[in-house]
Amino acid sequence: MAELSGAERVRSREGGVAAYLRRVWAVAEKDVRAEMRSKEVVGTMAAFALLAAVVFGLAFDLRVPRPELVVPGILWVIVLFAGVLGLHRSFGSEVERGTLAGLLLAPVERSAIFLGKAAANLLYFLIVEALLLPALLILFDVNLIEPFILLGLFLGTVGYVGVGTLFAALTSRNRAKETLLPVVLLPVLAPLFISGVGLTSVILDNRGTAEVWPWVGIIGLYDALVFAIAFLLVDVIWEQI
Amino acid sequence: MSTLSRATDTDRWFMSLLVFDAIAVLAMAVVTWAGLLYAGDAVNLAGVEQVAQRIFYFHIGSNIAALLGFLGSVVGSIGYLVSRRMAWDRWAAASVEIGTVFGILVLLSGAIWAKPAWNTYWTWDPRLTTASITVLIYIAYMLFRNGFDDAETRARFASVYAMFAFLSVPLTYYSARLFRSIHPIVFDGGNEEAQGGFAIGPTMGQTLTMAMIGFALLFFALLFHRVRQLAFEDRLNAVQERVYE
Repeated sequence: MAELSGAERVRSREGGVAAYLRRVWAVAEKDVRAEMRSKEVVGTMAAFALLAAVVFGLAFDLRVPRPELVVPGILWVIVLFAGVLGLHRSFGSEVERGTLAGLLLAPVERSAIFLGKAAANLLYFLIVEALLLPALLILFDVNLIEPFILLGLFLGTVGYVGVGTLFAALTSRNRAKETLLPVVLLPVLAPLFISGVGLTSVILDNRGTAEVWPWVGIIGLYDALVFAIAFLLVDVIWEQI
Repeated sequence: MSTLSRATDTDRWFMSLLVFDAIAVLAMAVVTWAGLLYAGDAVNLAGVEQVAQRIFYFHIGSNIAALLGFLGSVVGSIGYLVSRRMAWDRWAAASVEIGTVFGILVLLSGAIWAKPAWNTYWTWDPRLTTASITVLIYIAYMLFRNGFDDAETRARFASVYAMFAFLSVPLTYYSARLFRSIHPIVFDGGNEEAQGGFAIGPTMGQTLTMAMIGFALLFFALLFHRVRQLAFEDRLNAVQERVYE
């Protein structure tokens, strides 16, 4: 047994949870490192998010008496649209460079590739959201940096990234590619979007934390189901390269 | 006659399908008659609202057909993922296509009725939200299928997408329900804030049953035709491929 090389030991897929998480981390780290060199995704997403905030400001400022009425919607619409922009690069760049086959041939589980990519995307989303929230505070004078909004935004982003990464893998094989991603993604995200807006509104209206928990519950349930189905079906996606 | 006999040679279901078509058409004629003439007026409504109430039979009928389409897509997709036989995928695809048509009819008939009853064509009631999102998912599903050249990849990926759709539809309903609802719940009677509701009399109940059966028959007639057509298409593609080789 001592004869096994490092690669062979990984291929045998032993080592329990810790080893599995190391493989997830390897994929995530690869993506983040490529992103740090190419700066393709986060910069574009952040620029789009800020631009969209300004556009919404221009669109609503003259017509809406209290910005609190529209800011929950604005926050989630921007997250939704900026996310689509970044997600398709997750597999799009791999397909363009022909590195997807290499990644799939690597001695890791398909679910680890999926989770690693999702983790990298989660990081990108959180960076963009960290820039977006202060921007909305400045433009609309509405403070969204509240514990429950942050919790809802984090859980919502986790679910979004789960579905989004999987759908990015699905559409990367489709002829329409990035054009199609928002069309297939947005209707499936409806529960997240409705709950996100609902939760944010409850906090902004000061309706008390008792009304927050049902929304958190729906988002949490969505996240759990998304990752459960993703784990079941992720092998189906890459059955053949 | 010669075309008919040639068709029966290649496709043993053709004659039974023709009979089934006739039954479905007849059933829909009965539904139309019952919905417009046989069913009694809703006594608690008056004027335009009383007339508009009759769209209810077509609304619920289409709704049953759309629901069958949704179930068909889920069953077909699970069937494909488990068995990997293309026939299941054809059932899923055909269910979605026909379910979409009926889903759009549900939305349109609802909007036409809602204008006199609610004084607005549209509101973000949970049922309306869920129905519209489901139709959008169906449309996305069809566009998604359209972009794959390889039939097997298409079947696999479409099945995965249908699973996520299946998960998100009930959650859409529950999240939208946390907002206030004004859609009448005719069979449960429990919605205090519902507007345009009515109690069901005997002729209305019979008409409703007829509508559900009639629309279900129409759905299955269209479904069988579409599945058969897709099977022919696949066979044609297979023959073409062999010829090119």
